[in-house]
Amino acid sequence: MAVMETTDENTMPARNTRLVYRHRWPLRLMHWINVLCLTVLLMSGLQIFNAHPSLSLGHASNDNTAWLAMGARTDENGVPRGVTRIFGHMIDTDGLLGASTVDGERSVRAFPAWATLPGPQWLAMGRRWHFFFAWLFVINGLAYVGWSVVTRHLTRDLTPTRNDWRGFGRSILDHLKFRHPKGEAALRYNILQKLAYLGVVFVLGGGIVLMGLAMSPRMDAVLGWMVDLVGGRQSARSWHFVIACGFVVFVVIHVFEVIVTGVFNQLRGMITGWYRIDEDDKP
Amino acid sequence: MTGRRRFLRNLGLAASGAFLAGCDRISQSESGARVLESAEWLTRRVQRIVSPSTALAREFSEADISPVFRPNGTTMPQTALYQSLMKNQFRDYRLGVEGLVDHPGEFSIDQLRALGERTQITRHDCVEGWSAIGKWQGTPLGALLAHVGVKESARYVVFHCFDEWGEDTPYYESIDITEARHPQTLLAHSLNGAPLPVANGAPLRLRVERQLGYKHAKYLRSIEVVSSFEDIGDGNGGYWEDNGYEWYAGI
Repeated sequence: MAVMETTDENTMPARNTRLVYRHRWPLRLMHWINVLCLTVLLMSGLQIFNAHPSLSLGHASNDNTAWLAMGARTDENGVPRGVTRIFGHMIDTDGLLGASTVDGERSVRAFPAWATLPGPQWLAMGRRWHFFFAWLFVINGLAYVGWSVVTRHLTRDLTPTRNDWRGFGRSILDHLKFRHPKGEAALRYNILQKLAYLGVVFVLGGGIVLMGLAMSPRMDAVLGWMVDLVGGRQSARSWHFVIACGFVVFVVIHVFEVIVTGVFNQLRGMITGWYRIDEDDKP
Repeated sequence: MTGRRRFLRNLGLAASGAFLAGCDRISQSESGARVLESAEWLTRRVQRIVSPSTALAREFSEADISPVFRPNGTTMPQTALYQSLMKNQFRDYRLGVEGLVDHPGEFSIDQLRALGERTQITRHDCVEGWSAIGKWQGTPLGALLAHVGVKESARYVVFHCFDEWGEDTPYYESIDITEARHPQTLLAHSLNGAPLPVANGAPLRLRVERQLGYKHAKYLRSIEVVSSFEDIGDGNGGYWEDNGYEWYAGI
């Protein structure tokens, strides 16, 4: 790792900090391509979902067997009110799910216009965006895995060591208390971070692509065994949606951790590669 | 809502609004749309490699048949020609076969049935996202093409339909010759053991099992074998294709 010695002259007493070259350029590039892909895929995915806003299990779909459905009821004034039915429970989700305001008018639509790409109902264009960025996501993901294997990023930085596993319980406590490693230790991924990254790349990343392919009628001619394994095409559609929610949960936690560990330093690390550590802080 | 929360919410809405506005400019520009559409070519190429053209769509058992086979799109064509055929239970119906064939002609359902029959229980996947399973019975399109003889320059089969989607805009669809000769590509006359209901495309509809529902043209009037579909409709190979959907609907 390249090191640049610096002293911060504005703080008294002077603290001994230094910039460390932490993230190499291919990783930074792939990270930001992934940010773009996930944003477009999520929003165009919600556009596609809106064309049939319900999820079923099995090979075929049936309005009576849906475990999740979004729709609208008309109230006494003739205005639609958004409702969501999940596992048989009716929830009033007006304004967000089922019915929301578009250009000042309450419209019947599952996800609101600000969350879908394109904003208005436009399935054909949503599919165009989704499949273009799905290819970019897959190529970027394969490049990342290939790069991680070749540079040993995977074995050196991401694979948990025996020591990591021993500190599993403590790491959970540290996260709950927002206590984060300082100094040199901040450069290494902790056990929860390693597991989260491996899970996102291989379980969520691999899973969402496979469940997407399981919805393709042409692919099903050769992937029938996999479709059966998850319970059918409509089950695959449900899994695709659930895994997408998993990505959203990951991103929320990821961004939260970036903020609590120093948003400026972390962003500089992922944009320029240089990350500042404080040598006076003992881990 | 506190001032801070309102600020954060408005910041989020503004960010999504700016992002969507940028994306809209790409969607609406010709070059932007063309870049996005390039994915269709890649998908088609790759899917043809990993899923061979001879691979069969999965077939299901009687127990899997959906209680209701949901109709979509047109459910009652309004054209005078169709209405008069329907009044007579389609007894006078003839499927026209034209274009790059050695023996163009007209075929009644009985004449088609004499060329060959296949029954298959398959899953129908709508582009919207839903699926339904039905039992289809009909003549393999390949048998009809073999009977009329296809000229060497033929590349696509175009399906002209009775239903209109606006003035002088009849529904149409097209598939390539390889897909047309696939054993599960049928001109179906029956659904679940009964003559095709009007809502599902009576008297004859296409089944092209490894593609999405909009490719399965209903209310077939005639089929035309062509080398290019550039001069038909808006030139994209189908009614929905002319409205922005992919010609290759294998995903």
